[in-house]
Amino acid sequence: MKKMFKKIANCAAAAALTAVMAGPVCAGETIVMDGSTTVGPIAKAFAEFYMRQNPGVNITVGESGSGNGAKSLMNKTCQVANMSRFMKDTEFKAAADTGVMPVAHVVALDGLPILVHPSNAVKNLTVAQVREIFMGKITNWKQVGGPDLAIVSVSRDTNSGTYECFNELVMGGEKIGERTEYVGSNGAIRQRVQSTPAAIGYAGLAFVDDTVKALSINGISASEATVRNGTYPIARPLFMFTDGYPKLGSHLHRLVTLCLTEEGNSMIKETGFIATTDY
Amino acid sequence: MTAVTASSSKKQSLMMSRRAGRMQRLGQILGQSFLFSITSLSAFAVLFIFFFITRDAIPFFMPEAGAFNWENLRQFFSETAWYPSARPGQFGALSLFYGSAMVTLGAILVAVPLGISAAVCLSDVLAFNLRQIVKPVIEILAAIPSVAYGFFALVVFAPLLQNAGGTVLAFGFWIVALPILGIACIIAGQTFAARFPENRRTVAALTATAILGVLSLVLLWLIGGKLSGMSISSGTNAFNVSIILGIMALPTVVSVSEDALQAVGRELREGSYALGATRAETIIKTVMPAAISGILAAVILGVMRAVGETMVVWMASGNAAQIPSPFYNFMEPVRTLTATIAGDMGEADHVTGSERYHVLFALALCLLAFSFIMNLVSEAIVRRSRKKLGKE
Repeated sequence: MKKMFKKIANCAAAAALTAVMAGPVCAGETIVMDGSTTVGPIAKAFAEFYMRQNPGVNITVGESGSGNGAKSLMNKTCQVANMSRFMKDTEFKAAADTGVMPVAHVVALDGLPILVHPSNAVKNLTVAQVREIFMGKITNWKQVGGPDLAIVSVSRDTNSGTYECFNELVMGGEKIGERTEYVGSNGAIRQRVQSTPAAIGYAGLAFVDDTVKALSINGISASEATVRNGTYPIARPLFMFTDGYPKLGSHLHRLVTLCLTEEGNSMIKETGFIATTDY
Repeated sequence: MTAVTASSSKKQSLMMSRRAGRMQRLGQILGQSFLFSITSLSAFAVLFIFFFITRDAIPFFMPEAGAFNWENLRQFFSETAWYPSARPGQFGALSLFYGSAMVTLGAILVAVPLGISAAVCLSDVLAFNLRQIVKPVIEILAAIPSVAYGFFALVVFAPLLQNAGGTVLAFGFWIVALPILGIACIIAGQTFAARFPENRRTVAALTATAILGVLSLVLLWLIGGKLSGMSISSGTNAFNVSIILGIMALPTVVSVSEDALQAVGRELREGSYALGATRAETIIKTVMPAAISGILAAVILGVMRAVGETMVVWMASGNAAQIPSPFYNFMEPVRTLTATIAGDMGEADHVTGSERYHVLFALALCLLAFSFIMNLVSEAIVRRSRKKLGKE
């Protein structure tokens, strides 16, 4: 829920910024980032850091979902599309048709922990069990060794890259059952899970805290090490897409490659994700 | 057009002196046409919205010109599987229509009895000074942003329903049923006592009321016990949203029906009192029937408020595209038309996934058509009631 307010605050900030930039006083370069709510915290940390280093540069970060990010890149309303999934073939095609050549920069890695209420006795599930729960085949926690409670499965909305990832990595072509609830952000998933004893949901690694319990999957718990070495089965890279590879040394180039620097690394760790490089 | 100019020229002779200069006449024409174009702008906005939504909705049913896709139409209105992101996508919108209808019905069940009682209280029971304070306070409800309602529904009400659902239900039931049953007992007691001779009437009324009172308390206790035994697995459900939407529709219902009750006028009320009717009889048998069309219009406006609300249902209805089983189970999550449009818009680009994009416009068109019809109906009702009251 905090996310939602942040989003609104962001929009307001962006609107204010645009208003300011419309004035003739400001002549600095503007970079607009838009897209995934998962990549949002990284992008915001990068933007803040980069603007501090380079006072002439204005960076705005929008969080409207991966699909919207791709759309903005195609419409050239943003320079960087933050995406928690890879671009779809249809999006690539549409982008190429409008003269935009999307180039992917992997900024970080993320695991999708499966979250349950802290009071839930279940500690481990297999990917197949998670799939059957979301399909609606397993409907009670006692079927997987938990309490006698009807399962409330909570998914991200179909707009989000997190949903696409879960759909691909866990569901594997099966359809999510009709009883599954949908919410609009990672924060909302955590909110639903922490207040609902029978809930199961999934969110980015950064959204795990004491108020929810992350299950281990196939016996492996989601952690930095297991995601980076690929043993945790529900993991994914996070992307920033640009139109073509940015000119070397340009602000845009330095911004999207910030993840390779030591400062970038520690920022990624602070936001709860896993850096691609290890210093 | 000709009618407009004719009437305006008639006015012109009234407003403007014959000796007005050329510039003054020019100024008048300019001023009038400026105001006219501003007014027609809002009228055209409605037409444009209809046009563009229809234009983008048609390709869903007719992918190529002339080739009508009956399969899509059938699926849209008769199936419940809503998987817009599957390949190929499944667009069974019946569950969405059902979800919208369900939460609207629930909201009306909350808002109409509450709203009409409040309106009666404001117009016929409360002292004038008090009413001047209470009405604006109720109208503040309409000024609260819907996202705030949604936040409350998701963060406060949903966990409350999950943790103490039975108690909340039983408590709510008691609050509603206790006064109603109380009044019913007293009335029934009085009616019963009217059969007895004068000297035994008070005793008979007391005994009858007491017996009925005890019976209804037992009934309350039984039903309350059953309700408090219920547990709700998911707090984001049709019930939660119905209550919140009902509260949101309340100011509309109160305001409009209170206006209608006020419009009935003093003469009718005084006539009724003069015939020996009590205040309750006057309200129920004279004032409310006279104001019934205004009250109906209030209900319709409340329906429109509930059906068009997006943020609250997106946040707190659970958004599960299903027809609950059994179909009247309000404790199940549902998904509404508005929430679906808001939630599925991001991935649905007309460049990338045409069906998925156009189906949302088809949903929007259904919503628009529904509110258009409702609007026409309420306009007609209000006009009829004005005519009726004007004649009396």
